[in-house]
Amino acid sequence: MVATLTRMFGVHNLALAEDIVQDAFCRALEVWRFRGVPENPSAWLMAVAKNRALDLLRRERTAVTYEPELARYLQSEWTLAPTLNELFAEDAIRDDQLRMMFSCCHPRLAEDAQVVLILNILCGFSIDEIAAAYLSSHAAIEKRITRAKKVLASSKKLFNITDTADHFSRLPAVHRALYILFNEGYHGASPEAAVRAELCHEAMRLAALLLQRPLSATPVTHALSALMCLDAARLPARLSGSGELLSLFEQDRSLWDRQLIADGLKLLELSAAGPELSEYHIEAAIASVHVMARSVEETDWGQIVSLYDQLMATRPSPVVALNRAIAIGQHSGPECALEEIRGIAKADHLVRYPFYHAALGEFELRGGRNEIAREHFANALTLARNPMERKFFKQRMDACGNSAQRGA
Amino acid sequence: MSEFTFLYRGRDTTASPEQMQKTMEKWRAWFKELGEKGHLKDIGHPLEDAGKVVKGKQKTITDGPFAEAKDVVGGFTLIEARDLQQATELAKGCPILDVGGSVEIRPIQKLNM
Repeated sequence: MVATLTRMFGVHNLALAEDIVQDAFCRALEVWRFRGVPENPSAWLMAVAKNRALDLLRRERTAVTYEPELARYLQSEWTLAPTLNELFAEDAIRDDQLRMMFSCCHPRLAEDAQVVLILNILCGFSIDEIAAAYLSSHAAIEKRITRAKKVLASSKKLFNITDTADHFSRLPAVHRALYILFNEGYHGASPEAAVRAELCHEAMRLAALLLQRPLSATPVTHALSALMCLDAARLPARLSGSGELLSLFEQDRSLWDRQLIADGLKLLELSAAGPELSEYHIEAAIASVHVMARSVEETDWGQIVSLYDQLMATRPSPVVALNRAIAIGQHSGPECALEEIRGIAKADHLVRYPFYHAALGEFELRGGRNEIAREHFANALTLARNPMERKFFKQRMDACGNSAQRGA
Repeated sequence: MSEFTFLYRGRDTTASPEQMQKTMEKWRAWFKELGEKGHLKDIGHPLEDAGKVVKGKQKTITDGPFAEAKDVVGGFTLIEARDLQQATELAKGCPILDVGGSVEIRPIQKLNM
């Protein structure tokens, strides 16, 4: 809704658009308290926002400066109503969201700021909800959003999604932001499973919007969507009945979402058009190897290792190197994995990453050196970012203790 | 380029909301075309049929304008065109003609003092 209204009033009037939406929500709450929630609440809200926009446009015909290309049609009664109807039509709203998505990925904004802006404007998350997802304070997120909106407003015009050249130059930033948004949900800090699943779903919804337009439905977009589907398919199995984080090795694979797997594999197939091989292609391919295996043992670890090799060549990072080492451990045994982990370049970036220590612990444990393993898990525990991780590392520490006793 | 006023008469104000919406779409399409060709100075507005008339030195006020519905001015637009002939050609696209109405094309008079 904010996206549509911003299209109408221009990006410099973002605050005005947000006020109208806020107003629509307030009215809705008042009315719904007495009459109950209507059958189609979102259509109802849209209608209220539309009428509110109509009022405002009439009252402030001269006071507000509009998005230039629309101004003339919004200023005359001959064309006001039909123009508004067109702006609020379904496919127009879809385009508004795309336009806003691209606008949020402004090159002057840091990737994190882009994601927070998307969460706030396009996904309608409140500052408190975003703060909860990032385990950050209300004030810190508010500051970040305010600053980002200023940059957005200073850009004067919303991004033109029909300009092919601009579109292609900004598409990678949009992909990246959606990828980060999804990962925030998948691996993010918030202990609340519901918040996290919602972030994943929003990222998937926005990626699906990209797929609906020929210009943005590129092979890379398909690969990114495939990756999201294949990862999201495993979400139902990531928590045990008592709310503990389960690693890939412990998950009940019968809980994986078959529909999402099928969707993901289809998208992966579609992503194979054209010569470009993005990191999303490779990551989706890795995810596809996992979801197609019936068990850890039946997983084609050799293929996964070679995919990680490709990923290291395309987008090298210490975390990718760590994941590659873990795959090597599955393929060639714990000693090889330990050797690989010790050989990671820029390992100092990983020292603050709890799963680095957990991986060392895991392979030391498999090598039978329980005491060393226990120390690694203890290190991981001190770095744990949320209660779920803490619980998980404690449980791994206990595993070392128990088998040490059994050995004695 | 010269400026002209289009005065529309004979708007169908009794149409159903659905018909009304269709009609407004036609108007918008027409204005859009004029705008893209650079002929639109000011879209102007549609006007209600009834209002008040103030008349004469006594400033007497009456309800008005009391003309036949088809003779009441139902809206106006400011147009830019090369000459009266071109402005008249442009007026031929007006949707009001479909419902039996008329467009009056009047050049803006330049008063030199």
